[in-house]
Order: sequence, then C-alpha cells, then structure tokens
Amino acid sequence: MPAPTPFVLPYYPETPSQTAGPYVHIGLIPNQAGFDIFKNNFGGDIAGPGVAGERIVIEGRVYDGAGHVTKDVLVETWQANAAGRYNHPGDRQDKPLDDAFRGWARTGTDFESGLYRISTIKPGLVAGRRGRKEMAPHVNFWIASRGINIGLATRMYFGDETTANEQDPVLNIIEQPERRKTLIAPRSQRDGATIYTFDIYLQGERETVFFDV
Amino acid sequence: MTPESEFHQRDRDIHPPAYTPVYKTSVLRSPRIPLWSLQNSLSEVTGPTFTREELGPLDNDLILNYAKDGKPIGEQTIVHGHVLDGNGRPVRNTLVEVWQANAGGRYRHRNDTYIAPIDPNFGGCGRMLTDDNGYYFFRTVKPGAYPFRNRVNSWRPAHIHFSVFGSGFAQRLITQMYFEGDPLIPHDSIIATIPDKSAADRLTARLDLNGSLPLECLAYRFDIVLRGSRQTLFENKLHGN
Ligand SMILES: [Fe+3]
Repeated sequence: MPAPTPFVLPYYPETPSQTAGPYVHIGLIPNQAGFDIFKNNFGGDIAGPGVAGERIVIEGRVYDGAGHVTKDVLVETWQANAAGRYNHPGDRQDKPLDDAFRGWARTGTDFESGLYRISTIKPGLVAGRRGRKEMAPHVNFWIASRGINIGLATRMYFGDETTANEQDPVLNIIEQPERRKTLIAPRSQRDGATIYTFDIYLQGERETVFFDV
Repeated sequence: MTPESEFHQRDRDIHPPAYTPVYKTSVLRSPRIPLWSLQNSLSEVTGPTFTREELGPLDNDLILNYAKDGKPIGEQTIVHGHVLDGNGRPVRNTLVEVWQANAGGRYRHRNDTYIAPIDPNFGGCGRMLTDDNGYYFFRTVKPGAYPFRNRVNSWRPAHIHFSVFGSGFAQRLITQMYFEGDPLIPHDSIIATIPDKSAADRLTARLDLNGSLPLECLAYRFDIVLRGSRQTLFENKLHGN
C-alpha cells in the first residue's frame, strides 16, 4: 500500500512592501489631507468615556538621520486594555475584555510642528511569549511614510514602570542597555494631563530600536 | 496564544531594504542598525479588527463616494482580488484601504502642487473588508502618471496605494499596485527599490477582461499575500466570533 500523501500547505511569498508616499493621509487620515469623505474615520478618538483605565497622552516627533523633524509620517499604535488584554480573539488570557476599546490608534505627524499625539489609556501587563514571563506595559508602534520602504515596528514602554521594565523579556533581549532607553518614554504632567513623550529617531546616534517581528 | 498562531519569519529578501539611494528620500529615513529579531508574543499575533457596520455603503466605490455634481473623469475600472496568507488561506474580514491620484495624476491633498487639475467629483480613497473567501473589490477611475522630485525627470507609473491589516499586527502591510503594460514601470525609482525582479512584478495587476463589465468598466486583478502562520485549527476560532 502506498504511503498516504502528507497534507502540505502551499507556500506563497508575501506581497512586497512599497513606501506609503507623501500622500498617505488621503487614504488613511483624509481629514489631515484636507477633506472629509467617510462618515466614520478610523483611529482617532480611541478611548471614549466608557473605557476603563488611566487617561494618558502619548506624543512625540519623528526625526530623520540629519536631525530634521519629519512632518508626513503615519503613526499607528496597538495596545492591550487596562487589564492587559488585547481586543482580539487570539488573546485568551483570563482577564476582562473592554468591548468599547479596540486598542488601535492612527494619526499623522503634524504638517507644521511634526508632533503626533494619541489620547488613550495606559495598558496593563500582558502575558509574554507562549504565556511565559509577563511583559511590562507597552504600546506597539508601526510607522510608515515617504522614504520608509517597509513599515517600521517598535514599542513604547512607560518611564514610570522601572521595575517591570527591568524584568521585561523584550527589553532584555536588546544587548546594549543604552539602546533600551530609546524605547522608554518619560512621564510628565501638563495642564492636568499625563503625557508620555516618545520621540522616534529613524537613524543616527540616537537611532530607535526597531524590531523584525 | 499557541505556538501555532505565530507568524513565519518575514522573508526580507523580497522586500525593499530600508536604504535605497535610487529613491533619495530613503537615505535619511532608513535605520542603519540591524532590526532586532523578536519572536512573536501576543503583541504581534493580535491586531485590530473592524466590522462592516463601521463602513459606509459607498466606501468601496470611488466613482460615487465623492461625486458632487457628476462623476469623476477617467477610465472606469474595477480592481479586485483575494487577500491570502502565505499558505494560500483566505484572510477574512480584514480591512483593505486604497488611495490614488485622479485620472490626471493629481491627488486631493493639500501638499500636492502638480499642475494637473483637481477633479471636483473625485476624492481618491476607498476602503472595504474582505469577505469569507478573502475577496475584495472596488470601483474607481484609472489614476494618471505624475512627476515627483527624485531625479530631475522622475515620473510615477499609474498606481494605487494599498493598506492591509491581516489578523495580527505583524502582518501589517502598505504597498502599491501597478497596471499591466504601463511603459513607465521599468523607469520607476520606487519599484526599483525592490531588488528581486520577480517580487516587484507581483505588484503589477493583470488586465482581467473576463472580470470587466461590457460597455461599462474595465477590470484588473490584484491578489495580495500576507505572511503565513503556523495556525491550523486556530483560524476557525479567530474569525468565528
Ligand atoms: Fe502615489
């Protein structure tokens, strides 16, 4: 009897990336391009009044290799809720889900100031790889723009989470402690709001740690 | 999270590297330190989900979704295809967003100063969710070529920008689709950032005469492949709620 044919899935190569270009706003944040088209814009006000958690603002600028502030960068963030659970069926941690919180934000760096700003809530600790050692609270970043050929992934950690950060399994794979600091956003207060400042350096002496995820 | 839900390592050889002097803007916007390889955790295998109720009925019809006092000028065109993962499985209910110039090659964008006119009836963006087979389609007018500041005389072939999510944030992809037979394709500095010619060629949508509507609309077919994962049984649960 011949051996049964094993079930082998085909392999298709991924579609190659191309730059988002200078007009990325048209498709993804049309209001910033200067017009209004959809009744429902994605990614703006992500933590409404019904969402649990400490209100925070994440803001910063994105610098190029010559130290210039870039003013046309798309910034997206993905994070867990205040309890440390992602709003996604793949996250089956035994923690409460917050239906009102998708956990994803999208904005652009400002055409004049270069500042991006995201109003959200602080996420909790999340189970680490394959349920092992917990990860410190963090926000996953993905940025794309003109001149960026393939979207860049990084993470923002919270400056006031010193103990959790020291034990974080991802920060600890970064060999040089100096470079870990590029991912840690200092906390400050301004006009009653809690601000975390996360500047991203695409290149140069202070280059941010980017991940191949 | 189960080991099965982890994504296969991204094959960086089919993508453009960060630093590509042929495209000058990449020179100062390219990280120079190698990326840190990060094994997937929940943060990478999960990602945002969207529902049909969040979309408007005309969101995938660029001919009508910004029409003010008539239809936009240009060749009426359908673009359609499947979003699959690297193992050929459909990526269901995933958000696909598109944006493009009008038929004259001008974007409705405050920073676009090209001399071609703005089309009062064309916004230039649309969005849709894939269905249970991973299928998407939208209707538009074919975009025009336009010049950009790279070399003195650099022109972009006609193209449509695509943004796709997939089921996990690690599958996030932005790319561009080109049109079969465009004579500008071999001269384009953006396509030239992709070193692998056969990879670059997969960005060219093929004319699909069978998909066109006689006397109404031409069609082009563009399939998109996102990274595959080891997930098997997991997939049904993923989209089952
Ligand atoms: Fe373009």
